[in-house]
Amino acid sequence: MTTTPTPASSPAPAAVPAGSGPWQLARAELRRRTAVKVSLAVVALFLLMAAGAPLLSSLAGWSPEEFDKTAVDPYLGGRPLGPLGGISADHWLGVEPVTGRDLFARVVHGAQVSLLIALTATAIVVLAGTAAGITAGYFGGRTDAVLSRLMDLTMSFPSLIFMIAMMSVAKDVNRILLMTAVIGLFGWPGVARVVRGQTLSLRHREYVDAARVGGSGPWRILTRDILPGVAGPVIAYTTLIVPGMIATEAALSYLGVGVRPPTPSWGQMIAESVAFYDTDPMYFVIPSTCLFLTVLAFTLLGDALRDVLDPRSGRT
Amino acid sequence: MTAGTAPLPSVPPPSVPLLSVRDVTMTFPGRRGGRSAPVRAVDGVSFDLAAGKTLGLVGESGCGKSTTGRMIVRLLEPTTGSITYDGRDISRLGRRELKPLRKDLQMVFQDPHSSLNPRQTVARIIADPLLVQGMAAAGARKRAAELMEMTGLIPEHIDRYPHEFSGGQAQRIGIARALATGPRLIVADEPVSALDVSVQAQIVNLMERLQRELGLAYLFIAHDLSVVKRVCNRVAVMYLGRIVEVGDKERVYAAPAHPYTQALLSAVPLPDPVAERARERITLLGDPPSPAAPPSGCTFHPRCPKAQEICRTEAPLLRVAAPGEAREVACHFAAADNP
Repeated sequence: MTTTPTPASSPAPAAVPAGSGPWQLARAELRRRTAVKVSLAVVALFLLMAAGAPLLSSLAGWSPEEFDKTAVDPYLGGRPLGPLGGISADHWLGVEPVTGRDLFARVVHGAQVSLLIALTATAIVVLAGTAAGITAGYFGGRTDAVLSRLMDLTMSFPSLIFMIAMMSVAKDVNRILLMTAVIGLFGWPGVARVVRGQTLSLRHREYVDAARVGGSGPWRILTRDILPGVAGPVIAYTTLIVPGMIATEAALSYLGVGVRPPTPSWGQMIAESVAFYDTDPMYFVIPSTCLFLTVLAFTLLGDALRDVLDPRSGRT
Repeated sequence: MTAGTAPLPSVPPPSVPLLSVRDVTMTFPGRRGGRSAPVRAVDGVSFDLAAGKTLGLVGESGCGKSTTGRMIVRLLEPTTGSITYDGRDISRLGRRELKPLRKDLQMVFQDPHSSLNPRQTVARIIADPLLVQGMAAAGARKRAAELMEMTGLIPEHIDRYPHEFSGGQAQRIGIARALATGPRLIVADEPVSALDVSVQAQIVNLMERLQRELGLAYLFIAHDLSVVKRVCNRVAVMYLGRIVEVGDKERVYAAPAHPYTQALLSAVPLPDPVAERARERITLLGDPPSPAAPPSGCTFHPRCPKAQEICRTEAPLLRVAAPGEAREVACHFAAADNP
């Protein structure tokens, strides 16, 4: 990434050498956009933060579950001592009211949980959705009818109610695993529809006929002709569903059916902070800002990717 | 078979045509799950094509000429009828049985850019049929470079992508791909109609040269009668899924026997302005009827200037118009009209 802005340099197509494929052209186009650079930087920052959570919190000197009674005022209902929710050299982002747990450690570990669930659920959704969509679109007929009705069924299902019920009933399972599975279960039809539509249009391109005349079987055509063609829209769509997944995880945790305390997650932290909005607004601001920035960065990135990789669909 | 040394195709005795199509029909189910009437895209088409020759298939869009071509390369399975290639009925073969035949039967498509995968390099596009037939990657790449040379492309461009080529160059890539496996029959589905006129001539010249050098047979599908006149030995005129006239090019162009052929030919501009002004133009009224609900009798009768009562009730058969003539016409009044 360039650090110095070069306003004079025109976006010269000459920068793209002869023999560049569609992917290289797309990458060159993306590199020209400022929004892409900024949102990529934010996404990378949060991903690094999530990946290095144990390291970061040990650097800060607090574990996310460690109480620090000296940082809160026991006579004012456990209000953090000091300005801005107790921000100090000791507690970089302040502390939680009452318990005095370090907010930096909790936000960093919360990022790990939130992003792990969101990204895993996205991976499930994209893999299942692409497989279903490509099968429905390419083979058509009865296969398409069955898969399309299944998509309609899943989409019309009251998913949030089901998720809440499911999470409340399943008491003694790994909450993170269950949440990923439940979110993934309801997400795939969106991807499947996009992929199916794209496959339908690709299937009737003459180069698919050419491959068949050349003797290619369905597997070879799907992997060499159809899949590379749907990859662009799928990548763009994937980036756009990540923020939705993060928000769903946060919503479930906010509603109290997400990850179980003391494991932190952003949604859960926001839920807890609501009780203190009056006395300690920073407790609310910090996890909300993280959530907001991550969702915004993924959305901007997804928009740019869609503009470049899937120009026909346009903004909605 | 190795790459460079494809043997010259053995020419079968002239009595046995390379390709023989008999009473082929193609019926597509109607919309809404088959509740509306089925569409007879091709309705009883028969013709022969000798090795090393070119048969032109002409007609308006929607007359079934592309469907016919697609059945011959078996992108479609005919509903009824037989397609005999080199003495073997290929109309009912499955994909695995067809695979060895794919070497012999190839296709060139109409839109050069849509027929090339935008995400593959030229090397991959041309070599693909060879890889499918089990050739090693290095050999296939070498052969792809040879084919680029043969079709008038620069072999150094082998690692470029289709979007870097012009329409004419892209069509050369499509032809190179069709030639990769050393075919004997190429179905060319409107190979030049998407190109500029000057480029059309280049592609037509290339196809003629390749035919001479490699002994190819072409089924040349087109709606441009001047192009067909240039490249074909024989011409078949299709209307609404049927062949209405088929014969040697000279005969058909000099003295068209079917009213539809006459109308088509009268629409071809003549290079001589005096002749152009003097000749009579036959203007057909209306649009071709829907193949889902074809007219009774001769399907051309609602637009035919010569239609009589018999045309409404009885479908004419394809038969020799005049004794001793290598031309067949499906019209009740063809013989009377042409001495």
